[in-house]
Amino acid sequence: MLFSISLYVALVIFGIGICVRIASWFRYRIGNEAQAISSGERVSAAISGTLRVIFSTKILTLIKVFFLDVLFQRKVLKEDVVRWIMHMCIFYGFMLLLLMHALENFISVPLFTNYYATVNPFLFLRNLFGALVILGLVIAIGRRMFVPGMRQTTRPMDIYLVALVGIILVSGIFLEATKIVSHTSFQEMVDEWAVLDDDELESLKAYWAADFGVVFPEPVAARDSDALEMGKEAHEMSCASCHSKPTWAFLSYGVSKGISPIAVTLTNARSQVWLWYLHFLASFVALAYLPFSKLFHMLSSPVSLFANAVMDPSTSATANVLTRRAMELDACTHCAACSLHCSVGVVFRQIPNETILPSEKLISLKAMASGKQLDDKELRRIQQGSYICTSCYRCTSVCPVGINLQDLWLSMREDLLREGYPENAAWARRILADRLGGQLRDKEATVTPAAGDLQKDMTVSLQAETFSSCFECQTCTNVCPVVNNYENPRETLGLLPHQIMHSLGLGLENEALGNQMIWDCLTCYMCQEHCPQGVQVTDVLYELKNRAYTRLTEEEG
Amino acid sequence: MKFALFLGCKIPYFVPQYETSMRMVLKALEIGLEDVEFNCCGYPVRNLHERSYVLSSARILALSESRNLGILTPCKCCYGSLKKAQYLLENHPNLRDEINESLADENLKYEGRIEVKHLLSVLFHDVGLSVIKEKITNPYEGLKIATHYGCHALRPSKVVQFDDPLAPTLFDRLVEVTGAESVDWSLKLQCCGNPLWGKNDALSLDLSVKKLEDAAESGAHALCVACTYCQIQFDTVQKEHIAGKASKVILPSILYPQLLGLAMGMDPGALGMDVNKIKPDVILDFISSSD
Repeated sequence: MLFSISLYVALVIFGIGICVRIASWFRYRIGNEAQAISSGERVSAAISGTLRVIFSTKILTLIKVFFLDVLFQRKVLKEDVVRWIMHMCIFYGFMLLLLMHALENFISVPLFTNYYATVNPFLFLRNLFGALVILGLVIAIGRRMFVPGMRQTTRPMDIYLVALVGIILVSGIFLEATKIVSHTSFQEMVDEWAVLDDDELESLKAYWAADFGVVFPEPVAARDSDALEMGKEAHEMSCASCHSKPTWAFLSYGVSKGISPIAVTLTNARSQVWLWYLHFLASFVALAYLPFSKLFHMLSSPVSLFANAVMDPSTSATANVLTRRAMELDACTHCAACSLHCSVGVVFRQIPNETILPSEKLISLKAMASGKQLDDKELRRIQQGSYICTSCYRCTSVCPVGINLQDLWLSMREDLLREGYPENAAWARRILADRLGGQLRDKEATVTPAAGDLQKDMTVSLQAETFSSCFECQTCTNVCPVVNNYENPRETLGLLPHQIMHSLGLGLENEALGNQMIWDCLTCYMCQEHCPQGVQVTDVLYELKNRAYTRLTEEEG
Repeated sequence: MKFALFLGCKIPYFVPQYETSMRMVLKALEIGLEDVEFNCCGYPVRNLHERSYVLSSARILALSESRNLGILTPCKCCYGSLKKAQYLLENHPNLRDEINESLADENLKYEGRIEVKHLLSVLFHDVGLSVIKEKITNPYEGLKIATHYGCHALRPSKVVQFDDPLAPTLFDRLVEVTGAESVDWSLKLQCCGNPLWGKNDALSLDLSVKKLEDAAESGAHALCVACTYCQIQFDTVQKEHIAGKASKVILPSILYPQLLGLAMGMDPGALGMDVNKIKPDVILDFISSSD
């Protein structure tokens, strides 16, 4: 009764969840083009696009992708063989358990006339599939604990999934183990299926105690070889057609041997009933939770693989590209393969902003796309991570579910820009111009050399202290191609290179930082090359940019 | 001779023909390349956080050291960044210790045992003009090229040690070995403008237009570059933002391996000539037929 109710509740939640998820593929807006196209347009474009693919030669591509990328998972294998082994174990173990065991009434029973859960090959296979999943989970946990990049990116959602699947598996194994040792189950089965007199019953008990792992509360009376022989005969008549030796259920049998000392206590406490509840409730929780969790990738990842295999950036309808972007957010398995190979992953060791890493950036994009209200601090973190990315394409080529990450990142920048968060340096210069830009325009103001030793303080580039050698020959300003670009450079750029050097000599850091010259520096090193005094002009400007940026990012904490 | 190939971030997606043409030419000249999964050299992040840049470049140097291979890079910004990082690590032991502490997590260590070379340096110094000349089967006749050195390989000369910063010649000589004439033009050694692209587009374009117009005025048929970012600026950015709807291209830009490869008798398609956004097919008019 509880079983049916909880199953139906789980199915309803599952169904609603799937609808909500799929609806989001047509609702979430990512990128500039998304503003102009309605969800309705996206739905019809998706339907016509899908039909067009199915009724064309592209269907062959889909079939190829199904075998190579969905069933064989070659992209995972290419990225890391251990990860592939791990996922193969979990994938096939879980899928086969789902089909053969969980759905036994719908699949196994109709397909196999001799199907019983307790008879071979099914008894063995169920344990084999379970062992595969357990092996896969152990490897997965090991990787997340010991591979540095994996440890950094592990989040609660990854742990929940492993825990949930682990509970289902382990409860199932213990359930079978408690059934093996259960003397009450033995009695129930005998009452229902066997016609035996007392002697035969005793001998059957002996046989089952010896070879089938049942633990009886009192030692079985008849135990000699004749009794066992009689027991075996009774077994063959009444039990054998549905019961293979439990040693074939190697996982459960092993556990049953382990719990034998307390078997009677467990049986009398009806442990197999409680384990049964735990097992199916955990399974139904997983079912209901599926659309809202990483588990959903089982459905969305193949969709991403199919879509990206047949969609062509130059010919695909914009409406479908928009839908694909939203769908890809659900297809991500948070496997962090992208982050492990990210070209700027090393920067994360210096700047502790996890949105630098693609797998975490994608989660931020999901938050943005879902319409979640993000505060300024959060958006600045995302902006920083987004623009540290160099668009090198490696994450895209590595993604095992074929997500077009490059396209997502470029769209994300469009969305950030619309929110008022441009490229990092562009943002910094604008804020500093607002705050400090006016300081030296006021010709009446007295210039007071600042306290503090700027020379000792400018240590980032390790050579910036050279500004103190400057004797104002103006060579740097005269060879600068940026200065030479303007009729009136002071108007556009503010203080010019030699003037900035002089400001620093006077300790006037704010006056120096408020100038566009710093941000318009081409870094072409003409100034530094020609300076007669060895002032590292370009490097000083780099240091000033660093200081400005650090000051701004630290202010908000 | 074998090098660890450091492509940098922009080539695979934005200028893939630079890699293909370079591999073809280096193979013909018997230079071996080992592919290593490197990271970004840190050039873009240097504007925000210098330590991140130094660690990025240091990791690349340490990875190559662990394979006992020198680095060959086709990008001049990467070249300048790696050389600068090496210079900093050599001259500041505290910095080196700090960086090595971070690299130790991956069992990497920077010890300063290997050299960083740009593609052009390898061709000029390690292969040599006479060897290259022998492989030229279809020299150019009458082709005028505005050789663009770029800035990050030339300066700061104390650090990069690529060529004479005021009167460099190695790139010109590499161009001329193909039979083309490397013309004089006043803005030759100026930056292409790309470092400001995405930060101050108007200024970046102003600088690029000045360069292109100066090169065109000097009588050149095309620019020749040997840097990923320079090619992006003179090819992609020129096509999309300067030429505009009228498609008024000032001058096409060709990558040096493409220029050399054609003169070595290689197929234009294989060299990725059709991948350039502005087709440099004008070059083909000047190729002499095979001897």
